[in-house]
Amino acid sequence: MNVGLRIVAPGVMTTLQDLGRQGYQRFGVPVSGALDQVGLRVANAIVGNAPGTACLEFAYQGSTIEVTVPSTRVALVGGTSSIEIGRDRVPARQSVVLGRGQQFRIGPLVGSTVGYLAVEGGFDIKPVLGSHATYVRAGIGGVEGRPLRAGDVLKLRCGEVADREDVMLPEPEPGLPPRVRVVLGPQDDYFTPAGIRAFLESTYTITRDCDRMGMRLDGPPIEHAKGYNIVSDGIAPGAIQVPGHQRPIVLLADRQTTGGYPKIATVISADVSPLGRFGPGAKIAFEAVSLEEADAARRKLEEWLHAIPSRLVSATRIRAVDNAALLSANLISGMVNAYD
Amino acid sequence: MAERKNSGAPRFLVSGDTALIVEFGNAVDRRINAEVLALYHRVVAAEISGVIEAVPTFRSLLVQYDPLTIRHKELRTRLECLMKGLVGKQHAGRRWRIPLCYGGAHGPDLKEVAHRTGMTPKQVIEAHSAVDYNVYMIGFLPGYPYMGDLPKALELPRRENPRLKVARGSVAIAMAMTAIYTLESPGGWSLLGRTPAPLWDVRGDPPALLAAGDQVRFDPISADEFDRLERRANAGTWRMEAAA
Repeated sequence: MNVGLRIVAPGVMTTLQDLGRQGYQRFGVPVSGALDQVGLRVANAIVGNAPGTACLEFAYQGSTIEVTVPSTRVALVGGTSSIEIGRDRVPARQSVVLGRGQQFRIGPLVGSTVGYLAVEGGFDIKPVLGSHATYVRAGIGGVEGRPLRAGDVLKLRCGEVADREDVMLPEPEPGLPPRVRVVLGPQDDYFTPAGIRAFLESTYTITRDCDRMGMRLDGPPIEHAKGYNIVSDGIAPGAIQVPGHQRPIVLLADRQTTGGYPKIATVISADVSPLGRFGPGAKIAFEAVSLEEADAARRKLEEWLHAIPSRLVSATRIRAVDNAALLSANLISGMVNAYD
Repeated sequence: MAERKNSGAPRFLVSGDTALIVEFGNAVDRRINAEVLALYHRVVAAEISGVIEAVPTFRSLLVQYDPLTIRHKELRTRLECLMKGLVGKQHAGRRWRIPLCYGGAHGPDLKEVAHRTGMTPKQVIEAHSAVDYNVYMIGFLPGYPYMGDLPKALELPRRENPRLKVARGSVAIAMAMTAIYTLESPGGWSLLGRTPAPLWDVRGDPPALLAAGDQVRFDPISADEFDRLERRANAGTWRMEAAA
């Protein structure tokens, strides 16, 4: 049955994600969820969804998608990327209504390595262990526990949206401060003072070894004080472990639940989301802050998120082009040209 | 070693603004692990507003929280309160007997383990199946139990060349631990055999058969018995029951 969004071209690594799978880490199930939870929440707010509604998460490149319901309202968040509908472009952070048979395309992402497509009402897909988050390594959640493929049809909860004005959020979501803020610990005592100094005073480059599990950084070595093996313990989001190669690895959404390398510091929760937008080649530096500062930063971020509905403004109505008509016009002119 | 091996005063470790860790020691030790689990159960029972989940590991409990609902200091006070008079009870979990087909295609490293430990394959099987193992924690993979302690005679380091693919159900050893690969995965431990037991089912709640604190003993079975049980497991007609 044609009842939602049909994936025409999936992109590089497109998965269904929400705010993560909570309560199963003690069974070894990673939390997963959006790399950029702020992005996901902003996208949901723009289409009027609850903050944790599942969205499509794109990495590096978006999908080409066909609408197979009477109408749907979508919004993209991800740097300055845009939704292409025929010759029209709908910028990020703006909602748009699409009708049955229309195709839209999200090309290479610009200004962020991840993007989120929210759909009004969300997807009608059964959650696994309480969440829609996809954890590909163990095949849990999302669509059959895997990245999306061409031909997948994702059912929608709402197949016909109300005719109201589309909106946009004029200001972008908060980015990273000049230095990524961390709280030292839990195992900062496993590093020499020189090691901690190197970590806090150097610039690190994100390597190609960068995925939903974590990002491996390259830069000056961080010296251990008493070896690099600890008895495995739990891992918080944003924890930065330093294995034997003395380079830091920031652990992200798909991190394993336990690990045996000392963790020098943990990225504060307000900075984990914007950090998730960066990819290979990006340079980052760290700054140690207190827990009080971390709390204050998080509260400020939450206030910004809560204020989104009041900051949405009416979007210049994008009259989405009737794609079917466009397509047939192109075909005809193409054929004519071919015989010229 | 300067590390505190035995459980003295537990210490609090901060992991950012969303996780607080209570560390009971720095060793793989049943007494320490039992204390971790005792606190885990108290935290669950306390239903502290703002606590998202608690993750017990070998020697510490990670408490993940929502900093917008509960402040770090308040959570710490609540945990200190729960830690008063805390007694770790060993062997408190369920007891399982898990069928295990040693050697052959199911346990490609049995001969090598025998060779490296100076035992016969039969002696390795006897040693490995003669012990009640404690599930210290679940980690690495969904449902993957870190169990110990392995008989000293079987202690070996990890393999030098990890395998890219270890079959689901493989039972492996490394250092003082034995474990079961609940899903196909890369792995660096020595593979002694395979169990057909349904240890992980994402449709179940809980999805994992084993939990930290459980006791496990392996029962050697033949390859034929493995096939018979595997058919039952695949048909979904085999429910593992904990021993009385």
